[in-house]
Amino acid sequence: MRAAVQAELPIFKGERLTSLPDDLFIPPNALELFLEDFSGPMDVLLYLIKKKDINILELDVSEITEQYISYIELMDSLKIELASDYLVMAATLAHIKSRMMLPTPSEEEEEIDPRSELIKRLQEYQRYKTVSEDLANLPRIERDFFATMAGLPSFKQHQEPFTFSAQELQQAFIEANARPKYKNEHRIEFEELSTQERIALILEILSKRNIVQFFKVLKKSEGRQGVAVSLLASLELAKDGRVEIIQNEESNHMYLKTIREAVV
Amino acid sequence: MDINNAIESILISSGRPIRLSEMKKLLNGQGLDLELSEIRLAITALMERYENTSLEITEVASGFRTQVRTEFSNLLFPIWNDSNTKTSKALLETIAIIAYKQPVTRGDIEEIRGVTVSSNIIRNLLERDWVKIAGYRDVPGRPALLETTKTFLDDLNLKTIHELPMLPELIELSIDTIETPETDLSNIV
Repeated sequence: MRAAVQAELPIFKGERLTSLPDDLFIPPNALELFLEDFSGPMDVLLYLIKKKDINILELDVSEITEQYISYIELMDSLKIELASDYLVMAATLAHIKSRMMLPTPSEEEEEIDPRSELIKRLQEYQRYKTVSEDLANLPRIERDFFATMAGLPSFKQHQEPFTFSAQELQQAFIEANARPKYKNEHRIEFEELSTQERIALILEILSKRNIVQFFKVLKKSEGRQGVAVSLLASLELAKDGRVEIIQNEESNHMYLKTIREAVV
Repeated sequence: MDINNAIESILISSGRPIRLSEMKKLLNGQGLDLELSEIRLAITALMERYENTSLEITEVASGFRTQVRTEFSNLLFPIWNDSNTKTSKALLETIAIIAYKQPVTRGDIEEIRGVTVSSNIIRNLLERDWVKIAGYRDVPGRPALLETTKTFLDDLNLKTIHELPMLPELIELSIDTIETPETDLSNIV
């Protein structure tokens, strides 16, 4: 299975690197590949510990610090961009090393081992490193297994095809063009349009014809305010039972219609 | 409409796992009122029907899906992957820490890994929909809390987070377990 490839070491000239060659005269590129395979300072430390084949709990800080620093220097000389985290770890190691060298003031007092915090961190990191390798080996979609994907049947078209005449197209354009510009900036002014006047206007129009489209009682120049006033006037009339407001379901147009009986 | 076939059509064409309740709703839309148990029964029937085919039905975190049996994986691999794109160790460690310790902040991850978590890794995980932001920790800076998603489980063929491999036990650290190296101070002085 391909899953196994995940956690393996880089390949150089067709050969898989399994350990850092002891010989220092190795092609720098290979070394770079090898060093870049570490995911961080903790990873380097664990590698050094593992190479020495010692238990984390028996960590010899002095030796590991020296090795760690020589690796850092090596990486630096190869111009591998070092994250500051590597330097922080170097400082931590040097600090622990210096504390280890100091004699404990009194034999009775049980001092906390300076290494304990680092060891704890290494152990904790080791757990997640191990489990992350397990995760890498879990079967994964589109790498180790594949979901099926059948083509979809062609769906029946639910939408009615558009049918309109050139005349209707022209009418639609004229209408859209005549529509007040709602996006214009709106300034509230005192000289407002009179609702009463608009009522009179609507009634006048309706006295000549039975029904009128709402947008026809607007003047383009009046803008939003004109729409608002006209709507108010229409609602007022509707409330008094003098006109009926009808909305056409298909076209969304609003109409004002005279109610005959009400007109005395 | 044959119920088994109808469910099969849903499974093989949806391109994602589908829940029983979702299938019920779809069938209901076609006037087929089925109990969840009846749908489950139909799925079992389909599983039997697929026995000698390249298909199988699996249940993952987000529902049921049809898959190609894994014995054909190597055959299909080249269709889906033109280069063997390797998932980086850094990404794997990051997703492992999120999966086992969730919810975690970037700071939590950095503390364990001892290295700064690159934004690319987090972005990559968010883009794969393997990780989501579940909230913010109530500390200064309000760092985002990261959690794994159902898609993460789906993509690893898992039903629940408990099916992940066990996290290795932590060897408890005590003063006794630390062997102090025999430092001969007399030599230094």
